[in-house]
Amino acid sequence: MTATVVTGIGVIAPTGLGTERHWANTVAGRGAIGRVTAFDPGGYSSRLAGEVTGFRAGDHLPGRLLPQTDGLTRLSLVAAEWALRDAAMDPPALPEYGIGVVTASTAGGFEFGQRELEKLWSKGPQHVSAYQSFAWFYAVNTGQISIRHGLRGPNGVLVTDQAGGLDAVAQARRRVRDGTAAMVCGALDGSPCPWGWVARLATGQVSRAEDAARAYLPFDADAAGYVPGDGGALLVLESAAGARARGVHSWYGEVAGYATTFDPPPGSARPPALRRAIEDALADAGLAATDIDVVFADGAGVPERDRAEAAALRAVFGPRGVPVTVPKTMTGRLGAGGSALDLATALLALRHGVIPPTVNVARPVPGYDLDLVTRTRRQPLTAALVVARGHGGFNSAMVLRGGHGDTDRD
Amino acid sequence: MTTFTIDDLARLLRECAGEEELNLRDDALELPFAAMGYDSVAMLEIAGRLRADYGVTLDYGEILPAETPRRLLELVNTSMAGDR
Repeated sequence: MTATVVTGIGVIAPTGLGTERHWANTVAGRGAIGRVTAFDPGGYSSRLAGEVTGFRAGDHLPGRLLPQTDGLTRLSLVAAEWALRDAAMDPPALPEYGIGVVTASTAGGFEFGQRELEKLWSKGPQHVSAYQSFAWFYAVNTGQISIRHGLRGPNGVLVTDQAGGLDAVAQARRRVRDGTAAMVCGALDGSPCPWGWVARLATGQVSRAEDAARAYLPFDADAAGYVPGDGGALLVLESAAGARARGVHSWYGEVAGYATTFDPPPGSARPPALRRAIEDALADAGLAATDIDVVFADGAGVPERDRAEAAALRAVFGPRGVPVTVPKTMTGRLGAGGSALDLATALLALRHGVIPPTVNVARPVPGYDLDLVTRTRRQPLTAALVVARGHGGFNSAMVLRGGHGDTDRD
Repeated sequence: MTTFTIDDLARLLRECAGEEELNLRDDALELPFAAMGYDSVAMLEIAGRLRADYGVTLDYGEILPAETPRRLLELVNTSMAGDR
């Protein structure tokens, strides 16, 4: 079977607009977490976030699209355009039903929806925008990307919180293997509004620290929650044979393996299912644990969840058996966008032979027995594992194989 | 006498459907909304704003067939005159 490869990437993240700026800031360990500016966080127990800054929708999108789009839909549209351009893909030149879209979302267009709900209750139903009919909906990012670029192939959406980015790319890989020429996939996610904020605070897992450098510390002795954020990445996926057929002979890497599992209910005697997701992803890739050169961890930042993830990694790779890193310490947890961004960052790491750092973690818990990368590390990398867990019990794992194209086996 | 003018419509379109560069000249009055990129949901949004801002109630069966700016202007002004 021909490999499924990534030929284009579009990134919009707190660490930068565009792949290059994101990668440069990430390698340099420049964190982007700060006090929330999208709304006044003063009344809440948590006030820090990783926000996308410097993005003016009017600079990137036609005016006609602005009244009908939530902020995250706008980011999705621009990231999709950048990913398609990066892939040198011109949709009108491909078969009409040849390209599909699958994205993931944690909550849909909450910012847009909150505004319309406020109008509903303060002014009355006649003041609610007609665009609310779709602008709030989880699938709207897929829909708007599809409409804008005429991508009439198989479309879909997944809602699995932080695991969503991996799950969307996995679904895209299924479609490519079934014969779809190409898929735009991944996620840009986040709800920069009070409604989204309180929904996240309700999990009890958001850090209450005031200091941005001390708020989100996955695998650290002082771990006390995570910091939310917005953004993510979209990828263009196609078969290696299809890429070659349209004259593309180099790419970022291959989506080599994937698996997803769901945790047993609280109180069950059965263990969390993350270990099985990792092992099944390796098996799907036809690789052994020793073939993996770096793990991009989920990094929940909540002690019991860190402990569970460390246990799973230790069981599969052995104590300090593989470099583990959490570059989302620089951005916060971006929901489905977080795992999509991890995929993009991992592909860049494979291409450049650089493991980006886990920042701010000064006291990794010794008992976790992880080789946690706290300073940028340069070494050749051939395969990466990306792990993501979603609130409620989702576990997904994806194996990426690096490679530049025609020197690789098919 | 209050009328709904081409400038009123242009402003409404900009606010509802966001086309800043729209410049409705006389010859654009015959251009179908669809050709300008305004789909049926945009027309429903315009209907909502006409009701909220001008007190003109047009149901879907009335506004969707008004396919050009000229026809919509006529429809709105007829409705406003009829209320008197």
